[in-house]
Amino acid sequence: MSAITRLTAGALALAALTACAAETPAPGGSAAAKKPDKVAVAASDTECKVAVSEVAAGTSTFAITNGGSKVTEFYVYAPGDRVMAEVENIVPGLTRELIAELPAGTYETACKPGMVGKGIRNPLKVTGEHKALNTDAKLAEATASYKRYVKSQSDTLLVKTQEFVDAVKAGQIDKAKELFPVSRTYWERIEPVAEIFGDLDPAIDAREADLAEGEEWTGFHKIEKDLWITKDVSEDGPVADKLIADVKTIVAKANAAELTPLNLANGAKELLDEVATGKITGEEDIWSHTDLWDFDANLQGSKAAVQALRPVLEERAPDLVRTLDAKFAAAEAELGKHQKGDGWRLHDELSEAELKSLSDVINALAEPISEIAPIVAK
Amino acid sequence: MSERMSRRKVFGLGAAGVAAAGAGAIAARSLVQEPPVAHATTSDPFPFYGEHQAGIVTPAQDRLHFVAFDVTTGSRAELVDLLQEWTAAAARLTQGKEAGSFGAAGGSPEAAPDDTGEALGLPASGLTLTIGFGPSLFDRRFGLAARRPPALADLPKFPGERLIPELSGGDLCVQACAHDPQVAVHAIRNLARIGFGKVSVRWSQLGFGRTSSTSRAQVTPRNLMGFKDGTNNMKLEDAALLRDQLWAAAPDGADWMAGGTYLVTRKIRMTIETWDRTSLREQEEIFGRDKVKGAPVGKQNEFDPVDLAAMKPDAHVRLAHPSGHGNAHLLRRGYNYVDGSDGLGRLDAGLFFIAYQRDPRKQFVPIQMALARTDPLNEYIKHISSGLFACPPGVRDAGDYWGRGLFG
Repeated sequence: MSAITRLTAGALALAALTACAAETPAPGGSAAAKKPDKVAVAASDTECKVAVSEVAAGTSTFAITNGGSKVTEFYVYAPGDRVMAEVENIVPGLTRELIAELPAGTYETACKPGMVGKGIRNPLKVTGEHKALNTDAKLAEATASYKRYVKSQSDTLLVKTQEFVDAVKAGQIDKAKELFPVSRTYWERIEPVAEIFGDLDPAIDAREADLAEGEEWTGFHKIEKDLWITKDVSEDGPVADKLIADVKTIVAKANAAELTPLNLANGAKELLDEVATGKITGEEDIWSHTDLWDFDANLQGSKAAVQALRPVLEERAPDLVRTLDAKFAAAEAELGKHQKGDGWRLHDELSEAELKSLSDVINALAEPISEIAPIVAK
Repeated sequence: MSERMSRRKVFGLGAAGVAAAGAGAIAARSLVQEPPVAHATTSDPFPFYGEHQAGIVTPAQDRLHFVAFDVTTGSRAELVDLLQEWTAAAARLTQGKEAGSFGAAGGSPEAAPDDTGEALGLPASGLTLTIGFGPSLFDRRFGLAARRPPALADLPKFPGERLIPELSGGDLCVQACAHDPQVAVHAIRNLARIGFGKVSVRWSQLGFGRTSSTSRAQVTPRNLMGFKDGTNNMKLEDAALLRDQLWAAAPDGADWMAGGTYLVTRKIRMTIETWDRTSLREQEEIFGRDKVKGAPVGKQNEFDPVDLAAMKPDAHVRLAHPSGHGNAHLLRRGYNYVDGSDGLGRLDAGLFFIAYQRDPRKQFVPIQMALARTDPLNEYIKHISSGLFACPPGVRDAGDYWGRGLFG
């Protein structure tokens, strides 16, 4: 469990700014591109065709059509893979829309068929007038940006957990086993926010050993044990119902929560601590051994929080930003060695030496991440 | 060499800086019953005979070797023989003498020496040896089931613990504390050797850097998280509190335990690396104390009265405070440990927690349950081993032995 709840809330009073500062249309007659109604994106298993390579500063709407056979995702990244906007879980045949608020600058779009890897990337230029943000506004934008991330993750968490729960209730053990690490991905990315809400986190994610004698055990890991060990989920209907109900509650709360920049900084650190404490050792998913799915999700969630703070860090500690970029890249590269199909190798397939290399890159990354909080609090 | 010859007499103590005449005086004095005192030097022996076992309220030494045994013999008589042999060896070892009557070099050249020899030339170093009987000893094997004290009730499962069975429990335990690790290890090694064939070592633990003070003459030490530990510990000077909270009495349900006490051990692994990158503010809020001075939140000095209301609701000090548990105290006597590094390059380190009390059901269990449920420190620690033992009263004289009240 995280100590994020212990952070002094409101240590930084934030102006109630929204992220709409850049909504002013580009002045007519400038070099800025005209803003189309919607930017069409044609995604397939091998391609990601974005209709334009330049948009005007402000709000743009992307309409992503998945013509491929794999579930895909679409991202707009600022430098350093800072997520400006994203939409998850675009199933084959569907079109989903994404509204992105983009100040002038250079960006990348990415489709991720199969929801893995760096994706198929295209440059995107955003031009036009962009009202400069002052520092407090940058902090406000950081939390707003991270809240958008939480929103997108939690939307998909609901969808994927429902699919998982449905499979469990239908007694489809193989399907449920496949969905288990996938639905947890969205949970693990935003866990520090989920952990703010006390008892809900253990109700959803407690491990058997976390309980005292006689305490009721619910959530993902209870079902995990039944899927992998007892191989009988016929009694798990109520557990499945409670899991989806708890996830719905926590998603609603997470989206309503007021976050501070310190929440982001410490959340990024907490996620890596989770990796160092529970995932590296295989204690999190002790029966399914799908710890690397969680590991990857923790890493991504940590990166999302750090990158939301990036504009502030660029201003206050540019050297640290370079260090973080390098250490994130090293951690992703080390983890990437263990990718297997659309997922990951199982924890019990990794050698001691491989686990040690993973531990080393996490420590190397977590140390500079622990320097972010005092910089943000300055 | 005569049986009475101590290591210090044989080899002199030039290195330890104690005059030979003085050493003899101390050896003589140690046979006399007297209350434990805070020792002026680190080489003096503590008395072995007394109302209570040494190693409980005696001022905590700096080093530990703790061992738990399984009894492998099925014979009650053999077990009693062993306890008598151990008692005789312990009476010698704690006074700085060799384990057996011939010693490391006094017997036949053809025989293996009856002392292993690595403590030759070293002083007593404040060695204490303390024995305990685990719940599993009171099964059917030795006819002790009816004599199991009610307070020796199995500990409940605590949330979050990850106990390793091979590192937990045991029929018997011996705690060896000394100022010199070589002396503590020597004592356990020789007791284990005496026990071969009757007992088998189940697990053992080395510790350094005592993490509690058991006397007001001692400064408060630090744990591996860098915080002063045991500021509000029960101290040997607190006579009334010890009577009430530490020593068992006949009406408690087991007359053979009168003057004894109950021991709980917990090996608590720390995730040092994540702790070290936690902000000072969070570290201090978790404990409820200032890191450098040990002062409670809002106060200036270590021993200023604790203002619980000023702390976070789940501060460690607040959760463990006697006021939340019917005035339950523990006599803590823990040690830091480092077992090298784990395979991931992380320090395999933490706290070997030792606590003595009159009744774990009313003391350790409620306190630990509160901590296990809500202590934010749990994010950085994990309980991996657990032990529970009934420590009988002290050995009165050379005709007495450890556990005579139980077996006699």
